[in-house]
Amino acid sequence: MNFSEVFKQSNQLCKLSPDGKYLATCVQYRLVVRDVSTLQILQLYTCLDQISHMDWSSDSLFILCAMYKRGLVQVWSLEQPDWHCKIDEGSIGLVSSRWSPDGRHILNTTEFHLRITVWSLCTKAVSYIKYPKACQKGLDFSRDGCYMALAERRDCKDYVSIFVCDDWHLLRHFETETQDLAGLEWSPNGCVLAVWDSCLEYKVLLYSLDGRLLSTYSAYEWSLGIKSVTWSPSSQFLAIGSYDEKVRILNHITWKKIAQFEHPATIDNTKATMFKEVEKRPAVGSDEMSLLNISVGTTLFNTQSKYEIYPLPVQIPVVKPDPDRANPKIGISVLAFSSDSRYLATKNDNMASAVWVWDMQKMSLEAVLEQTSGVRCFQWDPRRPRLALCTGNSKLYLWSPGGCVSVQVPTEGGFQVQSLNWHCSGDSLVLLGKEQLCLCYMDSD
Amino acid sequence: MGEWRTTEISMENCEISSISQVTMSPSRQNNLMSMYSLPLLKNSYNVISAFCTEDNIPQCISYINQELSSLGLSTCIEAASPGGASLNTMPALNAMYELIQIHRRTMCNLEELEKEQLKKSSTLEHMQMSNSRLKDQLELSMREKSGLHETERQLLLKIKTLQSCLKTEKDEVQKLQSIIASRASQYSHDAKRKEREAAKLKERLSQLLVDRKDKKLAIDVLNSLGRSDGKRSHWKTAKATASHESEMYKSLLSDYEASQRSLMLENAELKKVLQQMKKEMIHILSPPKPSNRGATANDSQQGNSDGEEKAGDSSRETLDQSCEHAREQLTNSIRQQWRKLRSHVEKLDSKASQVQNQLESNTEVVPRETHEEEMERMRHEVQQCKEFIHTQQQLLQQQLNTSFDDETAALLNDCYTLEEKERLKEEWRLFEEQKRNFERERKNFTEAAIRLGREKKAFEEDRASWLKNQFLNMTPFTDRRRCSSSDGQSALSIKSEPEIRMSSVKAPMSKSSTYTAFSTPKPSQSAAFPSTTELYRTLRLIPDGSSSRYSNRGRWQESSTIDDGDSRGKSKLRGRCGDLSIFSLGEDENSLT
Repeated sequence: MNFSEVFKQSNQLCKLSPDGKYLATCVQYRLVVRDVSTLQILQLYTCLDQISHMDWSSDSLFILCAMYKRGLVQVWSLEQPDWHCKIDEGSIGLVSSRWSPDGRHILNTTEFHLRITVWSLCTKAVSYIKYPKACQKGLDFSRDGCYMALAERRDCKDYVSIFVCDDWHLLRHFETETQDLAGLEWSPNGCVLAVWDSCLEYKVLLYSLDGRLLSTYSAYEWSLGIKSVTWSPSSQFLAIGSYDEKVRILNHITWKKIAQFEHPATIDNTKATMFKEVEKRPAVGSDEMSLLNISVGTTLFNTQSKYEIYPLPVQIPVVKPDPDRANPKIGISVLAFSSDSRYLATKNDNMASAVWVWDMQKMSLEAVLEQTSGVRCFQWDPRRPRLALCTGNSKLYLWSPGGCVSVQVPTEGGFQVQSLNWHCSGDSLVLLGKEQLCLCYMDSD
Repeated sequence: MGEWRTTEISMENCEISSISQVTMSPSRQNNLMSMYSLPLLKNSYNVISAFCTEDNIPQCISYINQELSSLGLSTCIEAASPGGASLNTMPALNAMYELIQIHRRTMCNLEELEKEQLKKSSTLEHMQMSNSRLKDQLELSMREKSGLHETERQLLLKIKTLQSCLKTEKDEVQKLQSIIASRASQYSHDAKRKEREAAKLKERLSQLLVDRKDKKLAIDVLNSLGRSDGKRSHWKTAKATASHESEMYKSLLSDYEASQRSLMLENAELKKVLQQMKKEMIHILSPPKPSNRGATANDSQQGNSDGEEKAGDSSRETLDQSCEHAREQLTNSIRQQWRKLRSHVEKLDSKASQVQNQLESNTEVVPRETHEEEMERMRHEVQQCKEFIHTQQQLLQQQLNTSFDDETAALLNDCYTLEEKERLKEEWRLFEEQKRNFERERKNFTEAAIRLGREKKAFEEDRASWLKNQFLNMTPFTDRRRCSSSDGQSALSIKSEPEIRMSSVKAPMSKSSTYTAFSTPKPSQSAAFPSTTELYRTLRLIPDGSSSRYSNRGRWQESSTIDDGDSRGKSKLRGRCGDLSIFSLGEDENSLT
């Protein structure tokens, strides 16, 4: 495993192009585009203000840089460095900006969710979508880029509008049976829309593309409900994580629950493997000092860590959430399927240091990774069943069905991995620190 | 008379009273008895003094006769001579006898009655006691009952209060629920109101923004881009919307088709599996059937299964033709076959278990015994082997030890000396025996000497008398000397016999007994020495000088204890001081270390 040198970045704005050729990073008000293979700077753009959001267009030709404070969006072309585009939302303000799937339109959400402005880069045309709902995930494009589902709120009722992305034609508009819609997500095959209610009520609604209600699922009443929802890449399963520390898996034929994954504090499932990160302070030998005296500052205070397989049952540290505060730190907040839909990784918020990996074929717990500190971010390799995670220290952790490794990022000055992104080929990984980033190249075997 | 009667009555009263007193306190019974007997004597004396005097004998006689006849006695007392003072003895005696008999009988009756009375009184007492006890129990239970009543009352009260509490709680809950509900409705209402207000505000804001003609709101593009698909954009027409619809449905349809296809594939796969299963089931079930049926002799089942088979075949045939028709038949036949298979398997299971049981009950018993025997034997062997190994190890250890350090070598050397000592001890034991025999011999000898002394005395008396008579010229000294020596020899010759006998007896005796015994002869010896010598001296059997031999011997023993180490293996005498060599062992050890 190799690591690149460290580059500067700000606001953790660093994205690989969808085709995997370029790496765009923002440093203050500058946008730097590098070649992924050589890491040489290809283009350097200067924006009008500090960039708060940056995104690649789907065809990897354009980059959008949003400056929310100024209500500005600037678009840069990779092929034509002279080309420029500036969108000013004016006094109405800007809270979110994103590309349409075709990469020729920009959707800007104004402040207070007054409207969504759709700007066309082809015709300079502007269109408005009123009444968008301010919620967890109120807008989603289907995977094929044909349709957009948008949550709306009118007259204290929730609606879903389905647009055709091609010409922003409103295809369907229907009311949903939700108290307070919290989010919606297309299935990867683009035929089913999952809609879920806010945490006050456990309710998942499944709509067909033409707006028919396919099914409704509710696991329980009265207590806090859904925290996260994820489709499996095969569209076969819908995983629902909730505040009761359980994940429920719905199937795509009957839309009934086929499995329920619990996250108990004591793991006594003997088929699972418990990986526990064990830290070891390195013994400071004299020879070591002489060898690494240049980077003494970092190596001395970095602790070695490795995974040990613990025999079950094992107790996982649990932090009891404060019941008086809103949004209690309990329940399944993150769910992620591996690219082959074979594994599901979950994180229970009151066991912040543990990542649970479930086998979707056996419908059972496969492994538990207990870290020494809270897990910040985890992501599956887009090609292989391989999970990368970081905990805000200078180490990168990888899990695969074969085992678990912890890798020290060999950089100077205390590089702390806050977030990570896989390259679409699964060969490299972008590690984001607070102000820096570095690339990690996997051994191609 | 009257007086006597009254006394009789009083006596009876007294008796009754005494009995009643007896029942009261049995300890005073003896006193009462004596009290009872005392007045009786007095009374009898009074009666005698009052009843018959010399003057009224005939009246007395007639009176007694009357009394006797009233008692139903036929004998009548007559005076020996009319008017005489004496009685005709025979009838009087008879009457007396009868009276005594009667008296006895009455006494007996009385006694019995008394006994009965006692018994009755005791039972009465018992009854009273039990009665009182029962009364106590009753009281206790009554008290308990009242206590229970009290607790029940308290519990009832508690229940009442709890029920009231529950009621109030329920009311509270209801109230709270209603409050919650009202609050929720209020909240939702407020939320709606706020939301509406917000919506209105938003509307107003957007209106205002639109009205103001915000100049800033603009897009500034260098030159417009082409569409990503390279086509030109379309006009929004009805046709376009229709095409969108159709496209949507197309995509939906394609998705459904895809899912249907996958389901069909899955279904086909499952059907295939089902078919195969069925086939295999039929295959499994059909060949052993004849034998099975022969065993079970169940014809009705046979008919059934045949029918099922036919149905299964037909279903298989029709399966390809019509799915809906076939499905039911297929599932039915599969179900039946499955049932059949299950029952068959169960039958087999039970049979197998039976067979196993039989096997266990019949054949398993004998091998188990043999097996256990074998096990026992093996265990024994293992034990033996272990012991063997252990001893070998020990020996090896010893050998190693001896070969490696000198001290242990010396110790081993010591072992040899110990062996020698052992041998010496054995000799000492023999010597001890000999000594004891010698002792016995000596005793015999002393006895013989005593006898000899007596004889000698007699002989001397005889000789004195003879000397008196004969006046022979002979020295008594030489004569006496000669006699004593000859006696000693005879004593020794006698001694040899019991010595042999004793040794033969002592031979099987264990070593330990000799150990314990070896100290005992010494004091007895020392006690015996003076007694014999004194005896000898007193008897004047031996001259005073001869006593030096014994003292000499004692001295020799003492000396031998000193130079025991040197004297080892010198002569027979050495064996005699074996017991002393035990003490010298310590010396040897000291010198070695």
